[in-house]
Amino acid sequence: MILWQLFVSYLKIGFFGFGGGYAMLSLIQNEVVLQHQWLTNAEFSDILAISQMTPGPIAINSATYIGYTLAGVPGACVATFSVCLPALTIMVLLTRFFLKLKENPYLENVISAMRPVMVGMIAAAVLMLMFPQDEGMGNFPDWCSWVVFAGCLFGLWKKVNPILLLLLSALFGIGIYGVVCWI
Amino acid sequence: MLLQLFWSFFKIGGFTFGGGYAMIPLIEREITEKHHWMAKEEFLDMLTLAQASPGPISLNTAVFVGYKMKSYIGGMTALLGLILPPFAVILAVAAFFPMVQHNPWVEAAFRTMRPAVVALMFWPVVIWIRHLKPWGWAVMAVVAVSVWYLHWSPVWFLLSAATLAIGWTFYRARKGGLR
Repeated sequence: MILWQLFVSYLKIGFFGFGGGYAMLSLIQNEVVLQHQWLTNAEFSDILAISQMTPGPIAINSATYIGYTLAGVPGACVATFSVCLPALTIMVLLTRFFLKLKENPYLENVISAMRPVMVGMIAAAVLMLMFPQDEGMGNFPDWCSWVVFAGCLFGLWKKVNPILLLLLSALFGIGIYGVVCWI
Repeated sequence: MLLQLFWSFFKIGGFTFGGGYAMIPLIEREITEKHHWMAKEEFLDMLTLAQASPGPISLNTAVFVGYKMKSYIGGMTALLGLILPPFAVILAVAAFFPMVQHNPWVEAAFRTMRPAVVALMFWPVVIWIRHLKPWGWAVMAVVAVSVWYLHWSPVWFLLSAATLAIGWTFYRARKGGLR
């Protein structure tokens, strides 16, 4: 049952995952956190942090991880397979008709019409992670979180490597929360 | 040939951190410079296509290159090569993580990594907002509020944007003759 639900959810995510990684994350969040409530926002963010720090595309990594969390190794296989399936089929189709589609006004207009929708989707996902409506302490428990958030945005603006930013914020967290509690 | 394809994408999958756009230069080097499977121009054309179709861009690239080289079996081989290393790594991490999850040091680290992840997700919004026209901002705001606050599914917005764009192009083509 859960495997079937995972399959359908990730097929949907793969099929509508225009705009690559981060746009897919907002779809994943919508399915996994909001619709099915398989994970809380905080658990989802943890998985994203890990998926970002391990090699490979973040959307696929998080699919494997979420699948494993929900249904073990079979879940991981099902989620990974079904998130790749639409990309595989659509890409093969596009490649076959590649020459015809190049500079096709329909394709170009569809893409430019979808872009603001994708940006809005990501913005919605960010808002949900900032102000979660579910239980728990959420992603921004105190002012330190906002300091980290602002610091990371500044770092991204200065083109610091995202993985380095994650590691630095982890160290900062260990320094602030870990040591303070320990003392 | 198939083995080479598999191995190339295996390396790309196993050694590129950060996914997506971080992988592109590596793929480009592997495909156009090391193996000469594709000319640079063709690679750039292919990138446009990979961005236009759903799914992670690195995955689409792998499928395209594989399919070009060895048809369906090539596409699948490249895809498998790309996802196998991260799949194994994630399984190992996912199996191990629950053991340390409630360690206070790990909890402290993740407590600050969560807002960092939100910042990473927020950044593409900042980038893209600058490239949108005013109507784009309006669409963006409507989508953001209705998905976030009203819990509507973003899928409907994607579908209607595509439908409207097709209708509009059709109308323009009828009216303007060419294009």
